[in-house]
Amino acid sequence: MVNWLSVVIALWREVPVAIDSKSKADNRRGAAKQAKSPLNSQARSYLDHHRKVARESARRLLKTPVASLMTWTVMGVALALPVALLLLLGSLQGVSAGWESSARITSYLAMDLSVEQASELSDEVARDGRITSVQLVARDQALAEFRASSGLGEALDFLGDNPLPHTLLITPQDSARSAEGVQALVTYIEGIDGIERVQVDLGWLQRLNAMTDILARAVWALAILLGAAVILVIGNTVRLAIENRRDEILVAKLVGGTDAFVRRPFLYAGAWFGLGGGVVAWLLIQASLWWLSGPIERLAGLYRSEFSLQGPGFEGALALIIVAMLLGWLGAWVAVKRHLDDIDPGDIAGG
Amino acid sequence: MIEFRQVTKRYDSDHTALRQVNFHLDRGELAFLTGHSGAGKSTLLKLIMVMERPTAGEVVVGGQRLNSLPKRQIPYIRRHIGVVFQNHQLLFDRTVFDNVAMPLEVMGASPRDIGRRVRAALDKVGLLSKEKMNPMQLSGGEQQRVGIARAVVNKPPVLLADEPTGNLDPELSADIMQLFTEFSQVGVTVLIATHDIALINEMGRRRLTLDHGELVVGGDRPLAGGAGGH
Repeated sequence: MVNWLSVVIALWREVPVAIDSKSKADNRRGAAKQAKSPLNSQARSYLDHHRKVARESARRLLKTPVASLMTWTVMGVALALPVALLLLLGSLQGVSAGWESSARITSYLAMDLSVEQASELSDEVARDGRITSVQLVARDQALAEFRASSGLGEALDFLGDNPLPHTLLITPQDSARSAEGVQALVTYIEGIDGIERVQVDLGWLQRLNAMTDILARAVWALAILLGAAVILVIGNTVRLAIENRRDEILVAKLVGGTDAFVRRPFLYAGAWFGLGGGVVAWLLIQASLWWLSGPIERLAGLYRSEFSLQGPGFEGALALIIVAMLLGWLGAWVAVKRHLDDIDPGDIAGG
Repeated sequence: MIEFRQVTKRYDSDHTALRQVNFHLDRGELAFLTGHSGAGKSTLLKLIMVMERPTAGEVVVGGQRLNSLPKRQIPYIRRHIGVVFQNHQLLFDRTVFDNVAMPLEVMGASPRDIGRRVRAALDKVGLLSKEKMNPMQLSGGEQQRVGIARAVVNKPPVLLADEPTGNLDPELSADIMQLFTEFSQVGVTVLIATHDIALINEMGRRRLTLDHGELVVGGDRPLAGGAGGH
């Protein structure tokens, strides 16, 4: 996440940013004055043109504030939903990772082993590199604990023998705490003579993992569908803009405007729609986080869990807005591709 | 500058807009294109602007054969052709200045160049004082002159005009024709499609007459067979 984000930011810095800042424009003007080669001045007027088109596209959106706000809101809602679910998923995965690290392996020894033999076995297991510590719980001690905690004291008296075996409580090393690592360790311990049964309480954790996997796929599917919806919404909005500016497109084509020239304002408009949509989505996410954080903390407190909803953070917000702008741009591209060729200057040259 | 060699344009199987048209216009020449409506005047202009491609024959503008021109090169040809329309095709959402500036914007000219050249063009048509107005506030003749300023602002070697005086009274028409004459004097090839016979007679310039798609007056001798000129 951080890696590709830094790449995006680096690219963003390289590209002449369309967002207008006076000082930047002045700098560029100053630099161009120093180097007066024709290529340079051509590049400069190209950039000037981009800036102008970007500014004018933005102004056009702001001229119809209600319509633009509605498009932004539609986009914001469509983006906020999958992003919020992804954030929730991220928080859930963080929780299960935390629990996984506390996994302990419980091994029950054969009933006929003496305390000394059990102790030797415990030392042998502890010598394995994947294991941090081994704690031996002798059968007498186990019975005493069970008697104390279960409240079955008198019933246990009826049993002639102690029915409990010696137990080894094994804590794996950090490196062996993945699901596969623990499984391998279990297989190894099961193979040791004198070990009767090994138990790892990872079952529920695996179920949680499986569920979050399913949830993750569902969320991504939803994200893709809603992303496509965003592209279509912007595509339709831009299509209307193209219809509204039909005359201008005709004249631009008549006087020798290239396709790229004619396309440009609409692509910028798409990107601005995306920017607004991304900001609205971010606001919606922050608002719902703020609204949910209290109850979630209370619930997590009841479970003595560290669980908390993670917000998108600065990088996440930036990524959200960039993705939104790309989607808007893509939507505009689709509309432009489909409708701009239909406007042919041949139509008005009659007479 | 403009050359038609045996050009035929057929739209459908039975509608032939132009039949084996031959003519050429030199640099700085001013000619009128006349004919009844539907005679093929618009088609001829559209072929020069590469809005249409000929069914047969060759159209050459400025030494460039337009038949084989790839689609993405078309804008660059159009930058060398100024066009004036009867209904002038001005944009009413911007000022006179911005209307005239469009051909330069499209070329990526610098703001300083644009300012200089737009004012020169507006000065030429006598509308320099109205650069900040909306074209809607102007009279018909003034709007037409804004259209002319836009057509010549990037100094194209070819200027086409489609019924440029259609809606104007004779006095204004004469003014506009005077402008076209001045452009031809500085080397611009001007082709004006018009119905206005009185005006053509008055000007005494070369005349190309189309009749049902055939060039009956003012063309070159055909290379082989087909319809002839006089």
